[in-house]
Amino acid sequence: MTHILKMLAQRILLGLLTLFAISLIIFLAVSMLPGDAAEAILGQAATPETVAALRKQLGLDLPPHIRYLDWLGGILQGDFGTSIGNGREINEVLGTRVYNTIFLALFAASIAVPLALFCGILAALYRNSLYDRTVNVVTLSSISTPEFFVAYILLLLISVKAGWLPSLSNVRLDTTFAEHLEKTLLPALVLTLVSMAHMMRMTRAAIINLLANAYIEMAALKGMKRFRIIVHHALPNAWAPIVNVVVINLAYLIVGVIVVEVVFVYPGLGQYLVDAVQRRDMPVVQACCLIFAATYVLLNLIADILSILTNPRLLHPK
Amino acid sequence: MGIINKTFRDFSNQKVSRRKFMQAGGALGIASAAPGLLAGSAAQAAMPAKGGHLSIAMPHGSSSDSTDPIKLISGHSIMMFYSIHNTLTEVTPTGQLVPLLAESYEPGADPTEWIFKLRSGVTFHNGKSVNSDDVITSINRHRGDDSASSMKSFIENVDSITKDGDLVVKFKLKEGNVDFPVILSDSVLSILPSKDGAIDAFDVGCGVYRLAEFQPGQYSKYERYADHYKTDRGFLETAELLTIADATARQNALITGEVDVVGDVDRATAERLGASADIDILNVQSPKHYTFPMRTDLPPFDNNHVRMALKLSIDREAVLETILSGYGSLGNDQPISPNNRYFNHELEQRVYDPEKAKWHLKQAGLDSLEVELSAADNLYKGATDTAVLYSEHAKASGINIIPNQVPDDGYWKDVWLQHPWCASYWSGRPTEDWMFTQAYSGSSNWNETYWKNERFDELLVAAKSELDEDKRRQMYWEMQALVRDDGGAVIASFANHVSGVSSRAGIPEVVAGNWNYDGYKLIERWWNKG
Repeated sequence: MTHILKMLAQRILLGLLTLFAISLIIFLAVSMLPGDAAEAILGQAATPETVAALRKQLGLDLPPHIRYLDWLGGILQGDFGTSIGNGREINEVLGTRVYNTIFLALFAASIAVPLALFCGILAALYRNSLYDRTVNVVTLSSISTPEFFVAYILLLLISVKAGWLPSLSNVRLDTTFAEHLEKTLLPALVLTLVSMAHMMRMTRAAIINLLANAYIEMAALKGMKRFRIIVHHALPNAWAPIVNVVVINLAYLIVGVIVVEVVFVYPGLGQYLVDAVQRRDMPVVQACCLIFAATYVLLNLIADILSILTNPRLLHPK
Repeated sequence: MGIINKTFRDFSNQKVSRRKFMQAGGALGIASAAPGLLAGSAAQAAMPAKGGHLSIAMPHGSSSDSTDPIKLISGHSIMMFYSIHNTLTEVTPTGQLVPLLAESYEPGADPTEWIFKLRSGVTFHNGKSVNSDDVITSINRHRGDDSASSMKSFIENVDSITKDGDLVVKFKLKEGNVDFPVILSDSVLSILPSKDGAIDAFDVGCGVYRLAEFQPGQYSKYERYADHYKTDRGFLETAELLTIADATARQNALITGEVDVVGDVDRATAERLGASADIDILNVQSPKHYTFPMRTDLPPFDNNHVRMALKLSIDREAVLETILSGYGSLGNDQPISPNNRYFNHELEQRVYDPEKAKWHLKQAGLDSLEVELSAADNLYKGATDTAVLYSEHAKASGINIIPNQVPDDGYWKDVWLQHPWCASYWSGRPTEDWMFTQAYSGSSNWNETYWKNERFDELLVAAKSELDEDKRRQMYWEMQALVRDDGGAVIASFANHVSGVSSRAGIPEVVAGNWNYDGYKLIERWWNKG
């Protein structure tokens, strides 16, 4: 167990280093984009004098390294600073946005993951059957279709035609948990459709891969039922690749759902980030990117730990 | 259900109503000509019932939006400002300029001095009464060297602002301007509460609605301010303005009844949306126009024959039909629209004429021409498509237009005013002076065609302080002709404001066209039919 703790400590340190590097890269990348916040705010109305005056007011006239260090100083104290655009505390806005994003991701995952595992196990069990082919065709088709298109189709059928669910997922601060579930069911279904294929097919492939092993053959020769063989003997050894795919999909559900957010008008992190990039609102861009990066680092760490815990050979190395 | 057309002015009757107006005098001609017919029918309309709620969805709005007018950039903010704040003057739906927070205004000895008398007993939402200090502080923020305001260039002409008691404010101008009071109707110049020479609160105003909640990039909520001084507006008890960037999502929200009004409807599908029960399409004529400004300081555009050849090489009818799906009107290479008071309706409509274009090319000493036209996709819907279409039209004149698709990002900084030829647009301005001064005067920062025409600039200055209505019209008419026949902008179309409206929403008889969303004053002008 100690080597897990050691690995954990190592990985967390490396993760922090990664985040630092990312913050630097993002800062440089956004600086390289044409225009800054002052020009974005003034837009077509900009004149050299007003741009200069606004830069001064917003503190954009300071050299970049000073601005970066200022920001870094704040972040080390857990303060993301204020938005350049409207001076609001980023921490405050970020709180609800992060909650919304994670809510939707977990909601979608709670539908997608069990469904994908179940369909995957069944597909392995009834390999090459009509069921196997059908489930493959359906999930692969939905993952190959752009998200917004899947979203529009579901909206048309479930919301506009049938009227069962609202077309807007515009949750508010005063939205109750039940309302939140109702408003996000449709986007969660869309995300389920576009993320299920990966996990389902990995489950199927990992299990099928193991079915050729001698110990499975042994179990079959003992007269065990196929379902029992798969769930009790094959699945435990297939966890590592499955967990990895599940976690990568979770990360995708958190960082990659901007299109779904736009279609359903869901106030998540993605929309916040896109707005901020358009207005060159650097502190907000930094905050969002750091959270996205931290999500990846953290989820990868979890995936690694879970792979180790589910694999006795890794858990008890010689 | 169908399409409600709100055509602003019918020019078959125009001459008569104009003459009537002139006879009526119209103090200095500041109050723009209101077409008598429309104003009359508006007066006959029954007063709408008070109470209820409307939800309005628009594509504008960003998480970075602010309540500070210096940082006002999105349509969401403009609508919010017009709902919670008041300006000294306002443009009525028929295009007249009237005093709003001011009780009256008048020039001093000449148009270099303007005296505004404020209404007495007006209060901000926090109970503080509105006085001349608030006006001075609010306007002064936009002046001076440190000003970062988008209105700086227009308010720079103000030499000093002084008060005469609590309710009188005097503006002293550097140069006389008959149209000066119009500038004060802009939402950026809203009057905010002040304290010791600084703005006290940005989310408190003296408008018809109180700002109940504001989540930038998502929504804002409004509650009627019971103590507002105007009784002819503010029918809704509450209202809500939503930012829904995606056009399909907006339409869905209207169809499912989650919102009552959606703006900026996709023109291509507007007719289908209007076919749904309980939904009307509101089609309002507007001064918004799309331009292709050529830099007249650079070859080949420094030759007017080349400019004329290009102006004759675009099939305006086809652009109107394909790009705007018919929701608009033809442009005539000058920016003044029929919404404006001095629109020159006697200028002949320019048409697609490749033969004449070829003749102009020849006069310029050219057999053929190859030019690049830069456009970005989201500048306005159909910007790059128009460039491609134009390129097809121009082939008949032996002109090869190469459409150059550039990123939306940083367009106003890196492409506009920089590239020799690009796409641009203007929302239109309430007065000819404002439009011309901003986009066509030789000394403007926004002279997108780099056009310097002595006669035009002379007229522009002269018209500013011309008190004789007839002479003034003649000047603006001549200026429109100059821009059309010598200027550098290809203006092929004016775009209408197209909205989707549920049958729950009450629409006034006259809907303003100066800006979208009933001049951005929809919340205080519309009502709920219950």
